[in-house]
Amino acid sequence: MTRLSWFNTVSLTLGFAFLYIPMIILIIYSFNESRLVTVWAGFSTKWYGELIRNEAMLDAAWVTLRVAVMSSTIATVLGTMAAYVLVREGRFFGRTLFSGMIYAPLVMPEVITGLSLLLLFIGLGLDRGILTIVLAHTTFSMCFVSVVVSSRLVTFDRSLEEAALDLGCSPFEAFRLVTLPIIAPAVISGWLLAFTLSLDDLVIASFTSGPSATTLPIKIFSAVRLGVSPEINALSTIMIAIVTVGVITASLVSKRNALRRQKDEQAAVQNA
Amino acid sequence: MRRWVLIAVPYLWLLALFLVPFVIVFKISLSDVALARPPYIPQFSWDDGIWAFLRELDFENYIFLTTDSLYWKAYLSSLKIAVFSTFLTLLVGYPIAYGMARAPEEWRPTLMMLVILPFWTSFLIRVYSWMGILSQEGYLNQILMWTGIISTPLTILNTNTAVYVGIVYTYLPFMILPIYAALDRLDGSLIEAAEDLGCSRFQAFWLVTFPLSRNGVIAGSFLVFIPALGEFVIPSILGGSKTLMIGKVLWEEFFSNRDWPVASAVAVVLLLILVVPIVLFQRNQQRQAEAEQ
Repeated sequence: MTRLSWFNTVSLTLGFAFLYIPMIILIIYSFNESRLVTVWAGFSTKWYGELIRNEAMLDAAWVTLRVAVMSSTIATVLGTMAAYVLVREGRFFGRTLFSGMIYAPLVMPEVITGLSLLLLFIGLGLDRGILTIVLAHTTFSMCFVSVVVSSRLVTFDRSLEEAALDLGCSPFEAFRLVTLPIIAPAVISGWLLAFTLSLDDLVIASFTSGPSATTLPIKIFSAVRLGVSPEINALSTIMIAIVTVGVITASLVSKRNALRRQKDEQAAVQNA
Repeated sequence: MRRWVLIAVPYLWLLALFLVPFVIVFKISLSDVALARPPYIPQFSWDDGIWAFLRELDFENYIFLTTDSLYWKAYLSSLKIAVFSTFLTLLVGYPIAYGMARAPEEWRPTLMMLVILPFWTSFLIRVYSWMGILSQEGYLNQILMWTGIISTPLTILNTNTAVYVGIVYTYLPFMILPIYAALDRLDGSLIEAAEDLGCSRFQAFWLVTFPLSRNGVIAGSFLVFIPALGEFVIPSILGGSKTLMIGKVLWEEFFSNRDWPVASAVAVVLLLILVVPIVLFQRNQQRQAEAEQ
């Protein structure tokens, strides 16, 4: 296991080339001078300038960001509650239906979720806009949050919580002071997942948005249908950069925390 | 009391925004086309009693789906594209997962992150990135013509081939991760034993490694197949006018033809088709969880 065989080296190289070359090309050509995206005509950052001056695009970005913050925050609260109910509350009336409703949205085709929510909103007479997109995004992303959080709750040592209750905490205090700090990394990754899902969603947003609220993916989709454009390349580059920085930072932070915990545990063992 | 609130809040949310919308889709799929033209407001008049409700049900939209060949062709073509692209994703993904599991220990977290990173990147952008590569004057054709492999550009964009490329590309992490997890758990001494007992490397792989990674392969295949079946974004960006996929048909039925009852019926049938793979997937996951305990 020390050295890679030639087969493994080749498959890893080709595999990661396949995963990354399309995005690298996209990034390179976002700095292309020419509007013809497939012909290189010299380095330029003019498409980034165009992007900043594009009011409609900025509006859409702002709408998308607000929707993502609101929906992922509500989804994290609801999803954590749902995870707690699923893992801790044992039997209650309608439990099977409840867990079914948590897992079904994960595998539901987006076109169906979008269509059904739109028909609901029309039935209720709700004007389609930011509110309806937030409601829709919250609904599917709370299920993802709940799966992430419940996988952490399952491995959680319950006696810690019981100790807190024995020492006079109310159930809510026990949750806030003991459970929440321990499951916090899962709750944060749940929030991040919900946030990215919301930023990224095209199909459900297209069904549930109205003329008053256009999100960035809707804008990108309508531009992309007309063909490749350098402005969209520039926008994609910015989005890829943000995600890359975010993912690398998150993994470094979690690595540092893991190291620190290891050290603390060692220190505790030595002191004992 | 507190327990009751804790259960009720997420429960009611999902009932109102997940289950009820479905019932509405179901109801509209069974309603009369003429009555259900937009602006259609679903009306639930339970006052008339359940029999009146049942009498109103109308299967004409489903009958319409069977008479117009567009729909069953679209279902079949979605199934074909989903099955074939799942298989292709497996072919591409397995060697990568295998290479990762055999890589030196200290590389693995980085390799893992490299697989996960595209997953966090916008799906739409990843699909879009292939437009510039596959188009007539795209980078792929430029390279092929420059090296003299072909003399006239290939038409790949706006065909089913481009859809396959798009599905393999975007869903590859879903295939790699479960297979990698299965291979990572594998006991290396089993392979050594097989080789000691006279297996060639390939035989050892085929008789020992591959069967032991079966659960990962199954999980990965479902994770690709299920979303690929109802895919809309990939066929509408990379596919052509001839690419028939049911997600696209539903979208067009709804937004272009504005035929809500038929769109709803298409959705219900798609859901029925998905029930089988979803149940199989759940079973596989459960078996795996039990095996781990």
